[in-house]
Amino acid sequence: MTEADAPTVSLTTQPELVKVPLVQNDRSLSWISDNVSSIVESRTPLWWWLAMLITTPVALFGLFCIGLQISNGVGMWGENKTVGWAWDITNFVFWIGIGHAGTLISAVLFLTRQKWRTSINRASEAMTLFAVVCAGIFPGIHVGRVWMAWFLAPVPNGNAIWPNFRSPLLWDVFAVSTYFTVSVLFWYTGLVPDLATLRDRAKNRVSRYLYGIFALGWRGSNRQWRHYEMAYLILAGISTPLVLSVHSVVSFDFATSILPGWHTTIFPPYFVAGAIFGGFAMVLTILLPARLLYPQLDDLLTRQHVDKMAKIILLTGSIVGYAYLMELFIAWYSANKFEMFTFFHARIGINNSGWYSWAYYCMMTCNVLSPQIFWLKWARSNYIVVFIVCMFVNTGMWFERFVIIVTSLAQDFLPSSWRHYSPSWVEIWTFVGTFGIFLTLFLLFMRFLPMIAMSEVKIVTPEADPHQRKPGSGVGTNAHHS
Amino acid sequence: MAEYRKVYGLGAEFDTAADLMIAAEKVRDAGFKRWDVHSPFPVHGMDSAMGLGKSWLSAAVLCGGITGLLTAVCLTFIPSWGIYPLIVHGKPFDWRTVPAFFPIFFELTILCSAFATVFALLIMNQLPKWYHPVFNWERFKRATDDGFFVVIEARDPKFSESKTRELLEGIGGKHVTLIHD
Repeated sequence: MTEADAPTVSLTTQPELVKVPLVQNDRSLSWISDNVSSIVESRTPLWWWLAMLITTPVALFGLFCIGLQISNGVGMWGENKTVGWAWDITNFVFWIGIGHAGTLISAVLFLTRQKWRTSINRASEAMTLFAVVCAGIFPGIHVGRVWMAWFLAPVPNGNAIWPNFRSPLLWDVFAVSTYFTVSVLFWYTGLVPDLATLRDRAKNRVSRYLYGIFALGWRGSNRQWRHYEMAYLILAGISTPLVLSVHSVVSFDFATSILPGWHTTIFPPYFVAGAIFGGFAMVLTILLPARLLYPQLDDLLTRQHVDKMAKIILLTGSIVGYAYLMELFIAWYSANKFEMFTFFHARIGINNSGWYSWAYYCMMTCNVLSPQIFWLKWARSNYIVVFIVCMFVNTGMWFERFVIIVTSLAQDFLPSSWRHYSPSWVEIWTFVGTFGIFLTLFLLFMRFLPMIAMSEVKIVTPEADPHQRKPGSGVGTNAHHS
Repeated sequence: MAEYRKVYGLGAEFDTAADLMIAAEKVRDAGFKRWDVHSPFPVHGMDSAMGLGKSWLSAAVLCGGITGLLTAVCLTFIPSWGIYPLIVHGKPFDWRTVPAFFPIFFELTILCSAFATVFALLIMNQLPKWYHPVFNWERFKRATDDGFFVVIEARDPKFSESKTRELLEGIGGKHVTLIHD
């Protein structure tokens, strides 16, 4: 992009005010279709097989551990009577939180007209679905007797008793299942026009039939687009409060209890901010390597996108940091002995009294300190720095949930009931296994579905603007660049 | 091909979204009713260029949302007030317990609205419809890539093979083709 190409000539003196195009190098519409579809159409690369060779066994071993836990009972885990929730719920909240970034990108950024979302929304929504799949495993199996899991459903159970609709655990069932279903619907609605593109490009019979079936016979007619755009707007509109509600409901699991460290009114906004924070880190963790592996996406996933995501990580990370400090303040201000003990002794570890203070400090460093580097522009534009910070955030957000759950439980009201907790190998491998499931699903997604929403990216190109009525402009204007 | 095939309509291709928009305005002004434009992405302002109003898909969503809310109200109230009142922690189980049901009201409203949106979208767009005459046109494959098309159906009362062809060529349409069913 040279200065001469910039549309706002009068502002060239202030380069930061010139709008950087979202699709770089003035790529044409067919370039977008060709390059995004080529990921799916080209021969399966070697790295993909190698990656699958690692992730699939990990996923399968995770499933084996789940089977072991189901057949032998929750005794296979490290929980005890005092610490009844530990890695299971930590992992549940960790994964469900990651999902939030996808919905935020697809819905909230759509409503706020953030056009840069178009390059990343498809992959982020897919990430949401796969993260929610991983999240759903844990509440399912932590009930111990999984064949009784249907007791969670809103139907009368064996004794004709209905579930308690006033319990946040039941709200959770509704919130998470609604979230997953709506995310699938939203994702699929967005996919239909792109599946039609793949159908029309398909070279062999099988893929033409398969993409054809799932494209539902989409013709891209304006009479269809009219309803489609309305449907997309509505789905974005209803997903926005939904994404805010899901993690709020998850936080109610804790906030409505009377345990110090859980019983906090700040939990819903704090959890939502944390979820977006952790989710964006996971989006970048996945997209940065994907961009490296598919250099043709460079013009679509630009520095601008990474920069903006880094800014969101900085913002939400700071909100989370504020929440951590506010929790400490409220604990002190409440003058409640048990609250103060949980925060100042069990977590901060005054007089070396906190068993899990190391986890608290790990959380603080990863979540509050590490993203502060994003105040610097060079850090946001250096992919290695961004990737490292994202790894810190992923770790930190897992520790956040661990700190909330385990420190509050392990050292509770009565010192005589205090118990240490350490995970068993089954528990550890179940968690590692969910990473295998997540990555396997994502690799399959990359291989068979368009990773970037082509029809949406096309809207943000200058060619798509119907008011740019210069004859001869448009298709093929990238000739002088390539 | 020797066999007789019914004519579906006439199609024309345009280079850019802007050209397509001008063409759509002209076809609209010529008084056609059964016609459509095809583009790889929604072109903003095309609805008015085609003389189409607002999409009323939102009405179906409202119905879905209300259904969801009423379902949730029945689902929470009937068991905990009528069939099997559960008294947990001595908390009230009558109307005073309503705030505890809000999350369920909310989630089911959203769930049913989302289903209503998607099903209304499929019904209003008549999808899935795996066969359509426009797919018989070889160039039409580009409608999902970078092609912009206007298709006027033969069912339109104003349709005439020669005059409509003239109109489409006159407004700058390229590769004007007769599409068979």
